Amino acid sequence: MAAMVEIRDLRKVYAGGFEALKGASLDIEEGEILALLGPNGAGKTTLISTICGITLPTSGQITVGGHDVVHDYRHARNLIGLVPQEINLEPFEKVINTVRFSRGLFGKPRNDALIEDVLRKLSLWDKRDARIMELSGGMKRRVLIAKALSHEPRVLFLDEPTAGVDVELRRDMWETVAELKRDGVTIILTTHYIEEAEAIADRIGVINKGEILLVEAKDNLMTRMGQKELRVELTAPLTALPEALARFDVTLSDEGCTLIYSYDTSADRSGIAQVMSALNGAGLAVRDMQTKQNSLEDIFVGLVSDKEGAA
Amino acid sequence: MNWGAIAAIYRFEMARFFRTLTQSFVSPVISTSLYFVVFGAAIGSRIDEVEGVSYGAFIVPGLIMLTVMTQAISNASFGIYFPKFIGTIYELLSAPVNFLEIVMGYVGAAATKALFIGIVILVTSAFFVDLTIQNPLAMLAFLMLTCLSFALLGFIIGIWAGNFEQLQLVPLLVVTPLVFLGGSFYSISMLPPVWQTITLFNPVVYLISGFRWSFFGLADVPIGLSLLAITGFTLLCLAVIWWIFKTGWRIRT
Ligand SMILES: Nc1ncnc2c1ncn2[C@@H]1O[C@H](COP(=O)(O)OP(=O)(O)O)[C@@H](O)[C@H]1O
Ligand SMILES: [Mg+2]
Repeated sequence: MAAMVEIRDLRKVYAGGFEALKGASLDIEEGEILALLGPNGAGKTTLISTICGITLPTSGQITVGGHDVVHDYRHARNLIGLVPQEINLEPFEKVINTVRFSRGLFGKPRNDALIEDVLRKLSLWDKRDARIMELSGGMKRRVLIAKALSHEPRVLFLDEPTAGVDVELRRDMWETVAELKRDGVTIILTTHYIEEAEAIADRIGVINKGEILLVEAKDNLMTRMGQKELRVELTAPLTALPEALARFDVTLSDEGCTLIYSYDTSADRSGIAQVMSALNGAGLAVRDMQTKQNSLEDIFVGLVSDKEGAA
Repeated sequence: MNWGAIAAIYRFEMARFFRTLTQSFVSPVISTSLYFVVFGAAIGSRIDEVEGVSYGAFIVPGLIMLTVMTQAISNASFGIYFPKFIGTIYELLSAPVNFLEIVMGYVGAAATKALFIGIVILVTSAFFVDLTIQNPLAMLAFLMLTCLSFALLGFIIGIWAGNFEQLQLVPLLVVTPLVFLGGSFYSISMLPPVWQTITLFNPVVYLISGFRWSFFGLADVPIGLSLLAITGFTLLCLAVIWWIFKTGWRIRT
């Protein structure tokens, strides 16, 4: 079956001439949670806005559920729920009315039971008759989510849902997302918190300066992250690797002053003990040592700076 | 057609109106009464009647037109400008609705509100003067067409406006003067000949004249011309709306 969302060679040039997306392609599978990770200004919001119909693509194609978002926008948008980055709400409206309005806009018949269910899940039911302006920032964010869920989307876009949100609400939000996934909803969220991507995504896409640099299953990324390094500083530099250390994954660096041993934290044995005894056996004196873990952050920074170096 | 969406927009907009019903209701009543006191008493004491109609009754159609036009414009322009201003327009743009449905929702609501206020003024007037409406059907048709066409104009202004000043600029600088100079409170025949000719370039004259004809059977210009004017104006607004729809002007980046 085709992917739920297919993006092909998407370019977006804003009226001022700024190219916010430079030929992005991406497939999002039904039922998965994809986290789009990228710094501010990377083009995350532009990408989502173009899929959802808020901006028009300059060139390229997007389909949602097989429907072209420009030519067959009704069918495409029927499937989509959008939680925007900015808190855009009418201050004088009551919570329940604004949520009902969203459902109405999608042409769905009134369904009080469903609205109640959505509001309860988001802990908004007690606030249903409150005016928007009486709510806290976190509550307003929940109202935006309630509006998006009110018309039962199959694909949900969450644009930086947890930016500036306290820890408790963030956990709640992750729980909501997990629940939606259990119902088979496809979820795309953008974030610049790496921990957030780690915590809930199935796949992680990295975007920077309008280009998608990588899309990979989170587990693969985690395996890469599972690599650790043991760095051993020697009192005297070596010109060559001693015979005794040759069978380990050890390299020399810092002009022979440092030995680097890479190992996998998920393996049964780290092999550190063997390396240390081999060091002893070779009669090498150690000044200091440290271990270092590859993080998603390193991978991310590496990707972004590689690109910049090449450019 | 996504009728549900049209109904949702219409209901949402009307709810805003009914939330402030006292204000929506009381303010036209008060301003109408003031007009009768000022124009009716002050001027009416000098001008007995115009073409056989008492001056008080004579100004009723103009008064209704004046209020209905400005209300239709301000309601429709505000209705679509406000979501642009506070950002909730994202919802309209990402919903499975087309521009026509958005127009029907907002313009329909704005026209309804203006019609409501027009009727309130009509009823209020009946307390001050003796009113007989010769052709109630024509009166209603004229009133409804005016509400609709000026709500369309208001919608266009709301799409065009980039800030609150611009939102009020057109009604203030263009519409209000045209309405005041369009014979709301006098008959064109009371003007010197030069001004009579100049006035004929004011499109509002044709609307007010036609509307007044439906009350008293008197008109400054032939009723057929009035009908043509209001129909032409409505079509013009529809054409502009259609062009906005085609080009996405000031809506989608
Ligand atoms: N309406 C617009 N007109 C011109 N440039 C824009 C517009 N919206 C966004 N941009 C620019 O496009 C780039 C990407 O923005 P955005 O998609 O909001 O990034 P992100 O969501 O990843 O922070 C930024 O440099 C931003 O300044
Ligand atoms: Mg953004």
